[in-house]
Amino acid sequence: MEKAREQWENPLQFLLACISYSVGLGNVWRFPYLCQMYGGGSFLVPYLIMLVVEGMPLLYLELAVGQRMRQGSIGTWRTISPYLGGVGVASMVVAFLTATYYNTINAWSFWYLFNSFQEPLPWSVCPLNENLTGYQEECEKASSTQYFWYRKTLNISPSIQDSGAVQWEPALCLILAWMMVFLCTLRGTETVGKVAYFTALLPYCVLIIYLVRGLTLHGATNGLMYMFTPKVEQLANPKTWINAATQIFFSLGLGFGSLIAFASYNEPSNNCQKHTIIVSLVNSASSIFASVVTFSIYGFKATFNYENCLNKVILLLINSFDLEDGTVTASNLEQVKDYLASTYPSKYSEVLPHMQNCSLESELDTAVQGTGLAFIIYTEAIKNMEVSQLWSVLYFFMLLTLGVGSMLGNTAAILTPLTDSKVISSYLPKEVISGLLCFVNCAISLLFTIEAGSYWFDIFNDYVATLSLLLIVLVETVAVCYVYGLRRFGAELEAMTGCALNWYWKALWAFVSPLLIVGLFFFYLTDYILSGTLQYQAWDATQGRLVTKDYPTYVLAVIGLLVASSIICIPLTALGTFVMRRLRRGGSASVA
Amino acid sequence: MLWLFFFLVTVIHAELCQPDAENAFKVRLSIRTALGDKAYVWDTNEEYLFRAMVAFSMRKVPNRETTEISHVLLCNVTQRVSFWFVVTDPSKNHTLPADEVQSAIRMNRNRINNVFFLNDQTLEFLKIPSTLAPPTDPSIPIWIIIFGVIFCIVIVATTLLILSGIRQRRRKNKGSSEVDDIEEKLESMGTLANSVPCDSLDMKGGHINDIFMTEDERLTPL
Repeated sequence: MEKAREQWENPLQFLLACISYSVGLGNVWRFPYLCQMYGGGSFLVPYLIMLVVEGMPLLYLELAVGQRMRQGSIGTWRTISPYLGGVGVASMVVAFLTATYYNTINAWSFWYLFNSFQEPLPWSVCPLNENLTGYQEECEKASSTQYFWYRKTLNISPSIQDSGAVQWEPALCLILAWMMVFLCTLRGTETVGKVAYFTALLPYCVLIIYLVRGLTLHGATNGLMYMFTPKVEQLANPKTWINAATQIFFSLGLGFGSLIAFASYNEPSNNCQKHTIIVSLVNSASSIFASVVTFSIYGFKATFNYENCLNKVILLLINSFDLEDGTVTASNLEQVKDYLASTYPSKYSEVLPHMQNCSLESELDTAVQGTGLAFIIYTEAIKNMEVSQLWSVLYFFMLLTLGVGSMLGNTAAILTPLTDSKVISSYLPKEVISGLLCFVNCAISLLFTIEAGSYWFDIFNDYVATLSLLLIVLVETVAVCYVYGLRRFGAELEAMTGCALNWYWKALWAFVSPLLIVGLFFFYLTDYILSGTLQYQAWDATQGRLVTKDYPTYVLAVIGLLVASSIICIPLTALGTFVMRRLRRGGSASVA
Repeated sequence: MLWLFFFLVTVIHAELCQPDAENAFKVRLSIRTALGDKAYVWDTNEEYLFRAMVAFSMRKVPNRETTEISHVLLCNVTQRVSFWFVVTDPSKNHTLPADEVQSAIRMNRNRINNVFFLNDQTLEFLKIPSTLAPPTDPSIPIWIIIFGVIFCIVIVATTLLILSGIRQRRRKNKGSSEVDDIEEKLESMGTLANSVPCDSLDMKGGHINDIFMTEDERLTPL
């Protein structure tokens, strides 16, 4: 008797699982950066166009394919064509490599979350040096938040060659993060569905609280106005459109096999067209919502730093010229400076080199993305708020739920093909497979807790998923439209769900989206080739800032291996299937 | 003659306390920054209080218990508010060495700050570094405690889920084996009027309807 495939308890769980998977850390730390760099408010135009033209069709394709075939990624693509099982294998490899490094972010979020329960927050003050007369030198040169991130959290080494030892604090947090993932994926959709309520909805609660708090902060409007003022000339820059397309593509999490896995647990009559539109719109709305919060925080931080800078200049002036304390304020600073320059020219010229030029625009212009934004900039803003412990706990809790939600999707992408395979599931129960996977992943990801771990993290983050996913999704689209047949698929979909396949989706699947992906693919390739040798940012403890260095050759080889390992699965599996069929046909021919 | 002597004394005094004189320290106060609206005006009475505090600090040093307020000299008071001070010995001819004054001020810095409602940043003694308060390190870092709590909760939840899964599977296995037992019992009992499991229909008991026979043959054998 065939065991019935497990299903979501209700369609809402499926929807929330998809939302919690696609709304991840990229919405919080990549979209605001892109918005700021590529024209502020006017970036929304290419973003929304790409959403409709590229994001929604590809998302619908994956959900429909998964729901129709009712198997994980490998089984699905093998059903479409026996030679295309490699697409599923490639998806699994990419998902595996991504899961390895992605959970490190959750480990860091745990570390910061646990450290938020102290007064004062450990990243708000610099630790003292040996004779207690001043602060640690590295902390003085950088800032206390940077010191806490680079020294206390990562204990980063000066370059990628100095590997260093495993740091036990992040390692403990990493083990906890993997245990959390194991706990959530233990029973398959039963547990994932329930956890999805939490991981999908909690980030929005926190974002709303932060929105209210952020908008009421002093100087928030500076940030909002500066970031959202549209710079329409950026629309002519091709990089704007390319980045919009890339952001939509990676933000939705296409090509990993997670969406196929989630949709395979659906009832066949589920209306996945409606769900596609909901998920993609919610994802984009979350990005915009998160960037409003981020920009108000930026504005607060920039205004705070600007006022600090002014206060330092004022202090310098009244100390040098013995003016009465309190007479020089931010409003009359310029007049006082002119007066002093005219009255005491020699002394003023002595003081002038020490006076910093304070500018609100230059503070606002510092655009940061990635871990720097989440762990340095935000913590810097949080430490200046009242009741900073509460805001810190809320913020890192939100980062955790965002990260865990995406991790669940990733793990589902790897687990579903494994549990679908009759060979493996006959020997091992589902729980043991999950446990083994989490254990293996945990062991490998301890690599990211060594002193040079953050550099390896950046390598994985930049190279593992980019080219491979583009190729995978391209092959997927071509496979469904041309190998399986668009008309046949449309008819099956209509029979299954009851709603006909719109001409709009057909046109996009067959022509527009593949062309877009090919364009993106070529852009990335040319970018890599033209930029010559690849470089990275290393932390220099003596100077207290980041410096650019070149990757050594063995690291370049590893990067090439990472990219190739997933792409090569597609032709290899096709070749393997071809050879096996030849052998079987030859064998049966000799028997007959 | 007396005037000359007086003049000499003030000149010597003036020479003892000068900006950048030997053993002289500069002090800078930022009263408005620290207290805002509640700021007091710096006048000669406040200066007297300051000299008293410095004298008090010096009296705590061994061998200097006889320091008087008149031994502390202030000069060059500016609007900022900043001034220089020196501490002289009882003969009022020499100033006390800078190291002694520095260590005395450092020992009593907190009390001097509190008298004026200021802190280390708003009452600055230039060239006297302030001793920063060492951070209170608890014996066990707080983060480990919270980590331990969450870790235990996760382990307990995981074990519960695994155990309940095993129990469910065992119950399902037992359930399916129970169904098999019932079927065997029914077979051995022979015919029954109602509630016969379908599997036993093609057994010895009961009559076989010929019409359905042909339908059976149409079905592919297992």
